[in-house]
Amino acid sequence: MNTTRWLGLGITLLAPTLWVPATAMADTLEAVQERDSVRCGVNAAQPGFSSLDDNDQYRGLDTDVCRAIAAAALGDASKVNFVPLDSVERFAALQSGEVDVLSRTTTWTSSRDTTLGMNFTGVSYYDGQAFMVASDLGVQSAKELDGAAICTQSGTTSELNLSDYFRINNMTYDAVVFDSPEQSIAGFEAGRCDVLSSDASQLYAQRIQLADPNMAVVLPEIISKEPLGPAVRQGDDQWFNIVKWSLFAMLNAEELGVSQANVDEQLSSENPDVMRLLGQDGDFGEAMGLSSDWAYQIVKQVGNYADIYDRNVGADSDFNIARGLNALWKDGGIQYAPPIR
Amino acid sequence: MIHNRTMIEPKPAPSSSVGPVAWLRSNLFNGPINTIFTLIGLYILYLLVVPTVQWAFINADWVGTTRDDCSREGACWVFINARFTQFIYGLYPRSEIWRANIVFAGFFTLIAWLAIPRLPFKHWVAVFALVGFPVIAYVLLHGGYFDLPRVPTHRWGGLMLTLLLATVGMVGALPIGIVLALGRRSNMPIVKSFCVIFIEFWRGVPLITVLFMASVMLPLFLPSDMSVDRLVRALIGLTLFQSAYMAEVIRGGLQAIPKGQEEAAAALGMTYWKRMGLIILPQALKMMIPGIVNTFISLFKDTTLVMIIGLFDLLGIVQAALADSRWLGFSLEGYVFAAFMFWIFCFSMSRYSQYLERKLHTGHKR
Repeated sequence: MNTTRWLGLGITLLAPTLWVPATAMADTLEAVQERDSVRCGVNAAQPGFSSLDDNDQYRGLDTDVCRAIAAAALGDASKVNFVPLDSVERFAALQSGEVDVLSRTTTWTSSRDTTLGMNFTGVSYYDGQAFMVASDLGVQSAKELDGAAICTQSGTTSELNLSDYFRINNMTYDAVVFDSPEQSIAGFEAGRCDVLSSDASQLYAQRIQLADPNMAVVLPEIISKEPLGPAVRQGDDQWFNIVKWSLFAMLNAEELGVSQANVDEQLSSENPDVMRLLGQDGDFGEAMGLSSDWAYQIVKQVGNYADIYDRNVGADSDFNIARGLNALWKDGGIQYAPPIR
Repeated sequence: MIHNRTMIEPKPAPSSSVGPVAWLRSNLFNGPINTIFTLIGLYILYLLVVPTVQWAFINADWVGTTRDDCSREGACWVFINARFTQFIYGLYPRSEIWRANIVFAGFFTLIAWLAIPRLPFKHWVAVFALVGFPVIAYVLLHGGYFDLPRVPTHRWGGLMLTLLLATVGMVGALPIGIVLALGRRSNMPIVKSFCVIFIEFWRGVPLITVLFMASVMLPLFLPSDMSVDRLVRALIGLTLFQSAYMAEVIRGGLQAIPKGQEEAAAALGMTYWKRMGLIILPQALKMMIPGIVNTFISLFKDTTLVMIIGLFDLLGIVQAALADSRWLGFSLEGYVFAAFMFWIFCFSMSRYSQYLERKLHTGHKR
């Protein structure tokens, strides 16, 4: 991956200079409606976030975000044209107009937000570096890992985060470095190290590759911030709003108890927040250039945030990742959406 | 005195000098050092072959539909089975696969027809393969005509895409390469410098850069309402890239033809194109078969690079399948399958080229 990274750095540095023509393309919504599909840049292969199933369908949290945007903008969640993008070409593809929205496990950082001509619209998944240990070690917290042998991947920020974390906590460790996720999980399984450290979402995907996934547990500590979210081109505030509020609508729906299963019953709800969300009251959809039932379509066809989380990475998936930081603010997490009113 | 007047029956050579035992003795066990090496070699072979066979065949799981059908003691071919359609056709709509099948059938029939010497009408078949078939294949695969639903190219993938990229690349690169090679040897300064610049430019940049430019940078320079299909861009990039390599291979062949050949042809009053087409190129191309096939095989394998521009070729679709949470952890099976498919095609090309060399052998080899 090192060459890809260097190439990526080169493109990242080069990209701002090429960004100028893209801003000329305003009114993405009009283009989307004319084309009758949303072009959504996704990862070709990221377990839980975007991957192809046996029936040629994309499954994952990131791809469901794309579907939600299509449901809001076109009233049909299936009208998404998924464009698989390499980590190197993703920003250029967004800038050149190849895709309307980038939903590809992209970490929101200041440099990307300010220099690449793109706007992040929110956080669909709070990721961060975590630790996985063999369950028979009986370790409960990362603070107990003093002197452990830790497997990591080379050329990633996780090596750096690791050394910072251990220095701050006055602990020592031996790094065992691998080149790819497959190699590091094989090393962990073979007992080359006691601990495997990587982004939490990846750890859970690696965990189910073990012969017996129950032999390992992911510790609760998260030692770095990796907020992943969708991004759009700068210069089209209407489209920016649509993508932003598609995600917020899913979070608000969960908060209000409106789910894919009960959304039709909730249409007759007397709760003013629910009525505003589902377009029974007010014209919040029209203000974005959408129909008034935009959020209803999202929840009906794709689901609320809990639905897509559980289906793809949470309790109903193979990964079974606890909500953690991604729980709603009222449930102890930090997922918080501004109200619709 | 007894005279033995009968001849002694001829006996076969002693078993110590003929037969497999003798061969073994003289080749594998002649002397202590060779015996030791033979035994070590056999042991290493044993160490390699037995686990491989056990993994791939004996302990492997063949039937089922989900990962739970795999015992995990050996290979899980269930994964390949469940994904086979996807590996061959990519995301091509399942209801339209018959169209791709017709194209596949036509493609292999034409290749077999051209390759098997006994079959008649070679010229007409070749013309059809180069002119008629691509049009038919395009109409069938892409649709949009005769009530066939349109299948956009981003849904094409798998082996189908790999073969498409490789075939178009080969068929395009060979003639362009010949023209470039001739141009580079030309005396006309403009033609010559154009060819030199073209070849040196395309040989000087990595294919990954070409594809990346074609996929990502090109749309930035084109007006926003103008868009060229991703696959077409990749095809053009791949063809131009390979034609530069092809040109140099063919130029090597041209240089190996003695100057007297061309001078003799000129003395007979042949024009430039007749000299090239009838005298020089047939000899040069025949000599360059190993080099040309080498380039073809490398092109075939280079098609996997289209993965970085978001096209799912055979390897790309296998890698995408490996990320499906229902099938995590079967990367070895996936890669073995991809390697096997690539091997089949590359090895067939290699064998066919050896056959061609033998067939066209007219005593020019030393």
